[in-house]
Amino acid sequence: MATEANGAETGGLVFHPMDQFIVRPLFGDGPVGMFTLTNATLWLALTVLAVIAIMVLGTSRRAIIPSRSQSVGELAYGFVYKMVEDVTGKDGVKYFPYIMSLFMFVVLANFLGLIPMSFATTSHFAVTVVLALAVFLAVTILGFVNNGVSFLGMFWVTSAPLALRPVLAIIELISYFVRPVSHSIRLAGNIMAGHAVIKVFAGFAALAVVSPISILAITAMYGLEVLVAFIQAYVFTILTCVYLKDALSPHH
Amino acid sequence: MATETHSATGNGMADVMGVDGHDMATSSTGMPQLDFSTWANQIFWLLVALIVIYLVLSRVALPRIAAVLAERQGTISNDIARAEDLKRQASEAEAAYEQALKDARAEAQAISQNTRDEIKTQVTKATQEADARIAEKTAEAESAVAAIRASAMENVEAVAKDTAEALVAALGGSADTAVISDAVDNRMKG
Repeated sequence: MATEANGAETGGLVFHPMDQFIVRPLFGDGPVGMFTLTNATLWLALTVLAVIAIMVLGTSRRAIIPSRSQSVGELAYGFVYKMVEDVTGKDGVKYFPYIMSLFMFVVLANFLGLIPMSFATTSHFAVTVVLALAVFLAVTILGFVNNGVSFLGMFWVTSAPLALRPVLAIIELISYFVRPVSHSIRLAGNIMAGHAVIKVFAGFAALAVVSPISILAITAMYGLEVLVAFIQAYVFTILTCVYLKDALSPHH
Repeated sequence: MATETHSATGNGMADVMGVDGHDMATSSTGMPQLDFSTWANQIFWLLVALIVIYLVLSRVALPRIAAVLAERQGTISNDIARAEDLKRQASEAEAAYEQALKDARAEAQAISQNTRDEIKTQVTKATQEADARIAEKTAEAESAVAAIRASAMENVEAVAKDTAEALVAALGGSADTAVISDAVDNRMKG
């Protein structure tokens, strides 16, 4: 609505690439309180429903010879299970349900965000920061619970010369605390940038001369974004596994 | 603090985009991601969503898929084992068949050999019997011939004596029978 108003005023090219990320109440026009049902809430709920559809409804027949929908669920299961097992080893398998939840949420939120007129929940730092902080806190606590104080040995690189170790310890410490930042910004940044770029191309479509190019560009970007949606979910999950491995066996 | 950041960034972005930075409430040209007033809402609902997803996956979906995969693995290995069993049975059956065939062949050979031997012995026996009978018959015939020959000689002697007696009588003599028979005997010996 704001777009139309501005467009009418100026009559030229109007870009509002970030408007799609605005959190609005679903009903009424009031302020966004903690429990307000917003468009973000709606798409979070749809993400949950999508997870249930794929993982529960799709596999409800428990067939030995899987149907297509059951194959999707099994593929996702096998994909994440193998990832957890490969990266963290046998010890990490007991955290598989958590990582699976994380992966299914991120990948489906990313894909649902690609539906035109939808709301990309994972483009918000509020979402990715919570995810990344949860991973960071869980890994840090697990590290201390599993290894005690020797978890700090991760920062003391014994293979380096003694003189270098304090310097390396500071660098390791910084890199450790930067993890949640990069972890969250990588995901939200990728999703946000892709959506914003598509929106900018869409803005150019108002100009009749460039609109074919614009539509082509949107199509190409959309294809790229489908890839990015999956790859970012994969990267998010595999980084979680890598961090988890540190907590399980800090001496690498 | 959050509000300050928000409006500052919003204005900054608005300048960059070349769009009016007014009425942020309706049309925010800044990053809505940095509008911290919505964070509590998003975080609350995100946590609800994550908990629901975790519960659904860990209670329902993942055990079910794990069970299905395990069952499938079991079925596959069962089938492979059964196939191997069947294959073994088939090869055993083949071996048994080959053995039976060999036995049957050997038996047939033995039977034909036996029959041949039996026939041969029978033929030999029959030949011998026939030979013996022929020899017997020959001997019999020879003795008959000898008897006939002997009786013929006797007849000749009797005829000779009778003839001699008759001749003597015809010549007018009266011959003693004993003398005549002696004379005939002498003549016949000579």
